[in-house]
Amino acid sequence: MRRHDAIVIGAGHNGIANAAFLAKAGLDVLLVEKNDYIGGAAVSRNLHGDWIYSNCSYVCSLLRPEIHRALDLAKYGLQVVPYGGSVTLAENGDYFGSYPDEDASRREIMRHSPRDADAAHRYERDIMRQCRFIRQFLLRTAPDPASFKPRDLLELLHIGRKLWDLGEDTIADTIRFYTMSIADWLDEYFESPLLKAAYAGSGIIGSALGVMSPGTAYVLLHHAMGDVDGTAGAWGFARGGMGAITAAMQRCFEAHGGKTLAGNGVARIEVRGGAVTGVTLENGDEHRAGIVVSNMTLPRTFLECMDPKDLRPEFLEKCRNFKIRGSSGKLNIALEGLPDFTALRGNQELMRADLHISDSIERLERAYDDWKDGTWSRDPYVDLLIPTLTDPTMAPPGKHFMSVFVQYVPPKVRGKDWTDADRDGFRDTVLDRIEAHAPGFKKMIAHVEVRTPRELEAEVGLTEGNIFQGELTMDQLLFNRPIPGYAQYRGPVKGLWMCGSSNHPGGGVMAAPGANAAREILMHLKKPNTVPEGWRDD
Amino acid sequence: MKTFDISSREHYRNKVFPSPFHAHQAALNENREWSRWYDYLSVPAYGCETLEYFAGRNTCGVFDLTPMVKHRIAGPDALPFLDRLVTRDVTKLAPGRVGYSAWCDDAGRVIDDGTIFHLREGEYRLCSQEHQIDWLSINARGFDVEISEVTHDIAALALQGPTSAAVLRRMGCSAVDALKPFGLAHMDFGGTELAISRTGYTGDLGYELWIDPDRAGTLWDRLFEAGELHGIRPMGSLALETLRIEAGFILAGRDFAPALQTVRQHNTRSPFELGLGWLVDFRKPLFNGRRALLEESRKGSRWALARLDIEDNKPAEHAYVYDTRQRKIGWVTSATWSPSAKKNVALATVRAPHGKPGEKMRVEIYYQRELAWHRKMAQAVVVEGPFWDPPRRRQTPPADF
Repeated sequence: MRRHDAIVIGAGHNGIANAAFLAKAGLDVLLVEKNDYIGGAAVSRNLHGDWIYSNCSYVCSLLRPEIHRALDLAKYGLQVVPYGGSVTLAENGDYFGSYPDEDASRREIMRHSPRDADAAHRYERDIMRQCRFIRQFLLRTAPDPASFKPRDLLELLHIGRKLWDLGEDTIADTIRFYTMSIADWLDEYFESPLLKAAYAGSGIIGSALGVMSPGTAYVLLHHAMGDVDGTAGAWGFARGGMGAITAAMQRCFEAHGGKTLAGNGVARIEVRGGAVTGVTLENGDEHRAGIVVSNMTLPRTFLECMDPKDLRPEFLEKCRNFKIRGSSGKLNIALEGLPDFTALRGNQELMRADLHISDSIERLERAYDDWKDGTWSRDPYVDLLIPTLTDPTMAPPGKHFMSVFVQYVPPKVRGKDWTDADRDGFRDTVLDRIEAHAPGFKKMIAHVEVRTPRELEAEVGLTEGNIFQGELTMDQLLFNRPIPGYAQYRGPVKGLWMCGSSNHPGGGVMAAPGANAAREILMHLKKPNTVPEGWRDD
Repeated sequence: MKTFDISSREHYRNKVFPSPFHAHQAALNENREWSRWYDYLSVPAYGCETLEYFAGRNTCGVFDLTPMVKHRIAGPDALPFLDRLVTRDVTKLAPGRVGYSAWCDDAGRVIDDGTIFHLREGEYRLCSQEHQIDWLSINARGFDVEISEVTHDIAALALQGPTSAAVLRRMGCSAVDALKPFGLAHMDFGGTELAISRTGYTGDLGYELWIDPDRAGTLWDRLFEAGELHGIRPMGSLALETLRIEAGFILAGRDFAPALQTVRQHNTRSPFELGLGWLVDFRKPLFNGRRALLEESRKGSRWALARLDIEDNKPAEHAYVYDTRQRKIGWVTSATWSPSAKKNVALATVRAPHGKPGEKMRVEIYYQRELAWHRKMAQAVVVEGPFWDPPRRRQTPPADF
């Protein structure tokens, strides 16, 4: 049994990024992964025939460009290709589309409301102001407001100064933005119900909140603050599926001497004398290191993989209280052909966009009502994409992979664990909804992988199936993420660190928590920093 | 009839649409080059840009103005609505007159500038660079006023240059004799109403013609028939750009960032900072931005617009501007060699209190000779008013050339 400098648990994008930055700094790092493949929630899976699925996360925008460069991900094979646009189908047979072409998009809004076409400028301006504010803090460690350490005081001052720079109106807007519902926020700009439904989707993705719940305006921001090649808010496909991101990170990690053990999960993080000593795997193997970094969710790390006797009860109580409610599911579909959405009338441009079928704020809210009742939405919100119209590598020519993100899907069905029958019922609900808009679609299906919160937890390790490793609400952001006093990636035991999306700045395939944690660890070890910090813009 | 239909979902198949003058433009577009101006195809230069420019200063040039954003504002409260919207006093704008103005948000930052046409008692047209229907609708609450965008309902041509009045006379428009600058007249055009305003973006004698898109082609034909002996020529947007800089006119999106679209708030400008203080009328008790502008007029502005006369002949586009002690004080927003004034001219944004007429500055010009780049710190002086301002611009009745 060899002793390593550090053991990183969980080969998702944050775990590998963290391990790679540590390895770049010269540390001997062991990466352990419970699945026999790496990638976590950023994977490309071949589950049927010649099809490849991005079977968990499915689009890329948030991955910090600084990390892309620092880990040489392009050299290690990662290509991110932007896709354009978005479309929301309406029950009356019409649709509302967004096009990559600015004028076409404006005319499309005008078709539904001339006023909204113009209001969109004001809306985008205000969203961009918020994006520019928050982006500065993604690749920085949040300050501890109560520590009174010079570093934390300076960081608090830094945030204060940046807030002050926004000017009076935008400061007021920032407070409003972080506390409002996406429905209320959109009402301040737009009149078209269809357009509001189209824009509101980003406010609920991954969240167990409804479009009318306070806090969902921020969730929208979380989806808008990324970019592809400097185009803010743009989304793209990782060529070859989302696994291309983690595969490139893994190559970087290995090029710097990193070792990986896949196929065995961590049974326990070992603690002796108030400090971690290593991990014991499910097969009984022990691995020693003075530093253990967990990329698992907060509850999984502390409630499942540690001895409660090694932890303070108050801390454990806060882990239990951490909001990490599952709200979404996923269908990955192999198609023998390209479905024909009636409303689109062959609009190839919008076929390549992300597609939605909820045409009003009220319908979106009712979908959430079902979640509160403990069942999947009978009329769910879907974020549907056909990556193979852009990426030629994921299915044979003429065949397609359809990725269908579905909300809302509860972690338990009316208080009981999911059964296979429930899962099939959920699948049929979603397939029927799509069929209604694209007759003949079901006949093209070669294979469907259905992932409810049960599968997301069991396979990916996401507690309750929450894709962000914890709700992105004001109470769990910045220095409150995951728990007040623990927002700087240090665990409650000496040598234990946290690098998953449960930590600041939260979920999405961003890799920022992993990078930030690596920077903190290296600083703690007084090693040279290999991790980019901050964000530069005028 | 509208120039094109946006009610169809198939609009995406065309990213840009032909203007009602398109067939005529295409026939004359020797360069076969097109640019986009919002919804429409526009011509950068039909042939030689220099000849098109000189048509505007020596004979007359015709520019398709249809893509310009146009709004109709009518109803019993149209006047009080406009008066609260913009910074200048609109009550003085009589029917048949046109007024230039700017309008601001609450913070006194300029949203856009444009012209208000008092078409007839209680009916106005607002022409702007940017789309304004949302802002106008927000401002309309509580007013008995109808607002609609009419960009696609009206075809428009600018006829600019010293022989423009002669062309219109030959076309049978007797009203031009009495038409003063910023005046507006209507005439019958084969059963359709043709509106003629003595307005333009060139700082010279010139007119703008407004008509139903169905009659656009006929208007173009009649104009070119009448102008044949007066040196008429189609003019592209490149020539117009030189003409407007010579005239010292500012352009939204070029010389200032429209406030409703500007993410970094410090990049917005007030009317005072754009040299439009003369358009701000504090005698009005209430208008958008009044409180902020009053405070600015007391405390002073942060920026100023400077019209620069620069030594030598190297166009100063994208140049930094320094004071005589080599401190960076701003940058050039528009620049051109002025073929009429025979000067190297530019519009610049500089930190106040810089920008006073007579002040000397330095402009850092980068220019290329046979691919090699060179840098010159050129001397410049701030001048007042237009770089080119011929008396014929105001002369009424206008001369034939």
